[in-house]
Amino acid sequence: MTEPTASIASGSPSSSGSPSSSRGARRAARAAGEPTPPSGIRRIRLPQKLRNLELALLLFACVINAGAIVLVQLGALGAIDTQLILLGAGLSALVLALHISMRFVARDADPFLLPIATLLNGIGIAMIYRIDIAEGDTGWDSAAVRQIVWSAIAIVCAIATILVIRNHRVLFKYTYLSGLVAIVLLLLPLVPGLGDDHDGAQVWISIAGVMNFQPGEIAKIALAVFFAGYLVRNRDSLSMVGRTFLGMRFPRARDLGPLLVVWALSMAVIVFQRDLGTALLYFGLFLVMLYVATGRLSWIVLGLSMFLAGALIASQVLEYVGNRFANWLNPFDPARYEAEVGGSYQLVQGLFGLSNGGLIGTGWGQGRPDITPVPQSDYIIASLGEELGLAGIFAILALYLLFVSRGFRIGFAGQDDFGKLLGVGLSFVVALQVFIVVGGVMRVIPLTGLTTPFLAAGGSSLVANWIIVALLLRLSDTVRNHPRLVIDG
Amino acid sequence: MNRELKRITILVFVMFLSLFVASTIVQYAQAEALANDPRNSRTLYESYSVERGPILVGGEPIAYSQPSDDDYKFQRVYANGPLYAPITGFLPINGEATGLERSLNSYLSGQSSTQFFDQLNRLISGQDPMGASVEVAIDPVAQQAAWDALGDYTGAVIVTEPSTGRIIAMVTKPTYDPNTLAVHNSGEVQETYQGLVDDPSDPLYNRATGGDMNPPGSVFKLVVTAAALESGKYTPESTFPNPASITLPGTDSVVRNTDGGTCGGGAQVTLADALRLSCNIPFAELGMALGDDAIREQAEKFGFDTEFDIPTATQPSTYPAVLDEPQTALTAFGQGDVRATPLQMAMVSAAIANGGIVMNPNLVDQITAPDFTPLQEFQKSEFGRAISKETADTMVRMMVNGVENGAASNARIDGVSVAGKTGTAENGESDPYTLWFTGFAPADAPQYAITVLVEDGGGQGQEGFGNGIAAPVAKQVLEAVLNK
Repeated sequence: MTEPTASIASGSPSSSGSPSSSRGARRAARAAGEPTPPSGIRRIRLPQKLRNLELALLLFACVINAGAIVLVQLGALGAIDTQLILLGAGLSALVLALHISMRFVARDADPFLLPIATLLNGIGIAMIYRIDIAEGDTGWDSAAVRQIVWSAIAIVCAIATILVIRNHRVLFKYTYLSGLVAIVLLLLPLVPGLGDDHDGAQVWISIAGVMNFQPGEIAKIALAVFFAGYLVRNRDSLSMVGRTFLGMRFPRARDLGPLLVVWALSMAVIVFQRDLGTALLYFGLFLVMLYVATGRLSWIVLGLSMFLAGALIASQVLEYVGNRFANWLNPFDPARYEAEVGGSYQLVQGLFGLSNGGLIGTGWGQGRPDITPVPQSDYIIASLGEELGLAGIFAILALYLLFVSRGFRIGFAGQDDFGKLLGVGLSFVVALQVFIVVGGVMRVIPLTGLTTPFLAAGGSSLVANWIIVALLLRLSDTVRNHPRLVIDG
Repeated sequence: MNRELKRITILVFVMFLSLFVASTIVQYAQAEALANDPRNSRTLYESYSVERGPILVGGEPIAYSQPSDDDYKFQRVYANGPLYAPITGFLPINGEATGLERSLNSYLSGQSSTQFFDQLNRLISGQDPMGASVEVAIDPVAQQAAWDALGDYTGAVIVTEPSTGRIIAMVTKPTYDPNTLAVHNSGEVQETYQGLVDDPSDPLYNRATGGDMNPPGSVFKLVVTAAALESGKYTPESTFPNPASITLPGTDSVVRNTDGGTCGGGAQVTLADALRLSCNIPFAELGMALGDDAIREQAEKFGFDTEFDIPTATQPSTYPAVLDEPQTALTAFGQGDVRATPLQMAMVSAAIANGGIVMNPNLVDQITAPDFTPLQEFQKSEFGRAISKETADTMVRMMVNGVENGAASNARIDGVSVAGKTGTAENGESDPYTLWFTGFAPADAPQYAITVLVEDGGGQGQEGFGNGIAAPVAKQVLEAVLNK
């Protein structure tokens, strides 16, 4: 399975060339054990093409974000309020700080990830701000101000991550610690006194009643690290042995352990935390990483049937799961629509909002997204669809798709299996989260409460997703740093 | 590992593809249906945030939006509200709209699919979005004449063009002022609305197209006559026994003519005389001979049992589904369980005037975008042929005779040949009669078909008759429209 990692130690004749030497030659020079050119002056002169591209895209993203906030103000207030624009400018400065750090510590990182995350984050802030205006929230009550503060914290976390973790293989060492951290984080909301029942789901913790945090968001990173490390270590026993049945090789009973543990964990999340979306997210993440690591379709078949069986039983036994399924199938049924608890009011209002947006949307500040409950968090995609229209939804989905595909690129081009798996896992978790929440709003699947990455109001989600950005940047940097011989020719 | 990764990549693409498809379905394919869901409050707010298009009569607005400085950006105003209430309907801030405000809402509010590019254009050019204007077929002179002629009666007048189906006057009384239901105060709207609902005179009914449906009485004899002539077994000269009363077979029910005597003199009476003098006994005999199926078939050809959207929805007139012989006899002079709207009876007259062809009734001429490009021009359309040209010509002569020498004499107009038929329908042992007139003029080249309905006996209980009360109303309206 390990790809032949060809070193280019044979040297490269063009490594002594002019500053405008080809990228391949530069890489070759570094790979040959010359990470920096001989003189300091030449190092500065070396054009960082990827970083320059990133800078251009980043500035573009910042301009769009500023434009979005101005349009919200013009559309909803009819006047310009400089305070929020200044706060936004502060965020842009932080993002640029992250960019500048990368010029030093991650020169060859992917140039698209950061601008995409910035753009999504900014559009999210603009929409949250727009809903604040509709609901008359200002100051610290304003979700947008809090979102900006959280974004700042999240970007600082990302900078710290990329500065501290210089080599992703460090994480491999902490495989089991990550697993433990994930479990602890997941259990935190159930601790009496700490947990905070929020919208019926036990997924929040409240520190001193001031700061609310969803530890499950951070847990998904720890889980991805744990799964990657664990699967790389135990891949052989999980993939090689077993009995063939129906053309698929099924694992031995004793190798089923990990799958059963993760399944039990997901079911526990459904039952105790009453959070269908998170359970689906963790389990889907595990299954995909398991499949990529072992190449055995039988894991997917087994795992999916177990999860579906669990979800089906839950829909019969647990009322909230049953409601979710009933709302999904018959949202317009008056009995479901008018149900006081667990009805389809939100789902239907979201659809009304989306249809109100139509193809091109009502325009910033011109729709009525505030009619739908929680328009700034779980339902931000419906709010955006209402004001930016189908065109806006397509653009946002395309941004996510590009983000995920840049992450998958690490999986395709990476050298070490841990890095590949981690890159795939972190990107897939974003893709799956988008699918679960947007698919829920659009009635592709039953609606479950999850945050839309980067867009939705919520600090923990922002911090988690920005750390994912930092990790993917770090991983992509190593991929570019160690090119394969075949690529450069 | 890369092979698996490729498959996962495909999986992610499929996942996102499903999101692209689903969002397209919600925001494009189903958008109109979702917008029309009565629970969709956005449609309501939306309808106030754009300048809603006006409803025009002869180029003058009868409903329009003017800027208001409250939460709703525009206030709907109904000029001459009570007169045009059955046409415009009303648009409340809480609850469902009625009339054209409801049936053409997507055009008036600028949300119809045909207005997409228009609105996009206005968006780009920086103009405020605006709804389309609706020009209705109503003729203000005819409408006012009908309003005046109906006076204080409870009832309705409807005037149509036989060759096109255009409705040029539609008046119902008592009525209401839609302005009182368009105020931006939901409590006040609710109170006013409840008051109108509780009002025993039912001012919210549009008696021209629905309400508490009335038996058509003798005007239904036109349908039965048509069925008889179409069967090929009868001519206007066919004769029927002429007693002063008959007892319906198998019952104690006794049918009499209006004046209690025989139908004219003689032991036999012709079909032409029975219609001209509007006698019940010959028609009861004719009805039993034809059978309920033949009458029903003829009635449905005229439009009974069909719900017409003009484009506002109307209540279908009904001929009962299964009947025994005595019930059939009763329906043959418009009693029993037959129910008809003035609109339906206008269609019967109009079809006779139009050589036998029923035109679909229609209230709207044209819908125009704010930039004056026509979005929809209504073309006349045929509902179908109800009777042959020969039958129609024969019936025109019979109806002219009814006005000139018969029971509809009060509809006579000097110098104009009017065709008509009156009706006086019983509603119960001691309840007031329902009075009708239906007809058209000029009989030789019909321009207008008219139907007048007067409920509650015109205030005269069981003393008022169609010829005494409804026919003069029709005469007054016809004189006004013919002298335009």
